Amino acid sequence: MSIRLLIWNYLMAKKLNTSLNILLLLLGVAMITLLILFNNQLEEKMTNNTQGIDLVVGAKGSPLQLILCNVFHVDFPTGNIKLREADRLSQHRLVKHAIPLALGDSYQGFRVVGTNHDYAKLYKCEIAMGTWWVNDLDVTLGATVAEISRLKVGDHFESAHGLTKEGHAHEDNKYIVKGILKNSGTILDNLILTNIGSVWKAHETQVVDSSHHKLLISPSHLVPSVEAGDSLLEITSLLIKYKNPIAAIQLPRMINTQTNMQAASPAFEMARLFTLLGVGAEALLGFAYVLIFISGLSIFIALYNSLKERRYDMAIMRSMGANRGLLFKSIILEGSTLTFVGTCLGLILGHIVFGLFIYSMDAGQKTGFSSGVFYREELWILMGSILLGIFCSLLPAIQAFRVNIHKVLAGN
Amino acid sequence: MISTSGLTFSYTSTSGVLAKEIRFPDFKVARTESFLLLGESGSGKTTLLHLLGGLLRPQQGAIEMEGIDITKLSDIELDHLRGKQIGFVFQRNHLIAALSVRNNLLMAPFLAGLKQDEHRVDWILNELGLFEKKNAKIYELSQGQAQRVAIARAVINEPALILADEPTSALDDTNCNQVVELLSKVAKENKATLIVATHDHRLKSKLKNQINL
Repeated sequence: MSIRLLIWNYLMAKKLNTSLNILLLLLGVAMITLLILFNNQLEEKMTNNTQGIDLVVGAKGSPLQLILCNVFHVDFPTGNIKLREADRLSQHRLVKHAIPLALGDSYQGFRVVGTNHDYAKLYKCEIAMGTWWVNDLDVTLGATVAEISRLKVGDHFESAHGLTKEGHAHEDNKYIVKGILKNSGTILDNLILTNIGSVWKAHETQVVDSSHHKLLISPSHLVPSVEAGDSLLEITSLLIKYKNPIAAIQLPRMINTQTNMQAASPAFEMARLFTLLGVGAEALLGFAYVLIFISGLSIFIALYNSLKERRYDMAIMRSMGANRGLLFKSIILEGSTLTFVGTCLGLILGHIVFGLFIYSMDAGQKTGFSSGVFYREELWILMGSILLGIFCSLLPAIQAFRVNIHKVLAGN
Repeated sequence: MISTSGLTFSYTSTSGVLAKEIRFPDFKVARTESFLLLGESGSGKTTLLHLLGGLLRPQQGAIEMEGIDITKLSDIELDHLRGKQIGFVFQRNHLIAALSVRNNLLMAPFLAGLKQDEHRVDWILNELGLFEKKNAKIYELSQGQAQRVAIARAVINEPALILADEPTSALDDTNCNQVVELLSKVAKENKATLIVATHDHRLKSKLKNQINL
């Protein structure tokens, strides 16, 4: 016999009650765990993907769309901007550096991004296999792209227009895989990188082969293979890093008022998006707390009621030499065991559901979310749950401490 | 071995007013003697038994047990005394329903802080003809069986004193005889003093030493 065995027997004697209490807590904790996992990983992705990007400049339209499209690559472009104007902006004294992006095509749902090598450097991404892209129609694949599409170095593929798998295929120009990137945990894992000339070529806007270096009068700063003043060439956007804090005040206003381009700050737009999404998350969190509160209440009521039935047990135990402290301890342990078990199961369930969620979703694997990561908050939840157990069993335990042996045993 | 002198216990009602005062006669019981404590309901049998068992404290008087006045002991010392020296048998058997027969018996040494001896559990259960009920649930036992388990639990720690409060009043004649004989037998085997509080007249012929309240 031991105090653990005693508690176990008491819990098992009321299996239905015990399971109900555990179930209530489990659901609440699982819900909170899901929110923690989702929020934290989303936030990590956001910060990873927006690092080094102070401002995104693109065609006029929705600023949120501009960010979603050019930073996270989940939305469609707002339109195009003239390379000439982008070039001029990239030379502005408040701009530290600017990276051009040309979007439009995809392969198996993975976006083909025309850019320069600075884009990969921005995310500190390294080559795992093969080389960086050099010529037109050379591509370097992100780690996830390579994994899911099963493309290898040297393979050829055709891109499709848009972001869906069923888009119109550009059959004339086949891309060739030159290299594969290491997994970086950023959006780069899901992208197919190439140079801007390739994107132009796929859309047949430019007959010039940018890989043949001709003598140019004044080459473009963003795309050195073409003339800076070319009035026809267009790109999708420009990712800008400020030179100094003053730029944050002056540059967006200057772009939005003086050019027909639009500037949007990833940090600001994401904060805006989160306040919108936040309402739903808050509601879920609130519901989870209600569940946990109810489970606490239910544990309290269960212990309190069982105490009435157990007054005889307690008096008998006292008559057999148990001191008050032991009874107090056993009730507290019983309550906290319930909450501890419920919380552990809840945390496990939360991770399992998150894992299922990732794998059941078509785009799940592309998100780079992982159910095997544990956060500090989960430790807090575990400790909080033990405190909840102690709190709920405190009053019953005090009553156990005070049980009047004589009165109970004498039956009056 | 046990002697009382000038023992007085008074009940106060909820309002704090003195409701009832009981003066107990002085008596002396030698070790291994068996005693019957007779008296009608409300005469204070249970109260005296609880006083002797250290479950209650008297307002006046002394209870000497092996040369120690137990009324002077602290709460913790009383807990130890009960665990190691005293075995209780109650009217209703008051076994812990959540535990099996075996674990009910093991509770006694566990709570007294003594070694939990499985062999002794087996031996006692065998002695009381309950061996096959070792792993049974409490609700699977009959009244008589349950009372025998309660007796087994009372003697498992080899106490010096066994206090039985109306152990037979809920039993039929057959079970009544069995329980009394069993109590006397285990008390003798364990060299324990047995005090039975009862108003059950069936017991009068069984135990010669009697105190009337």
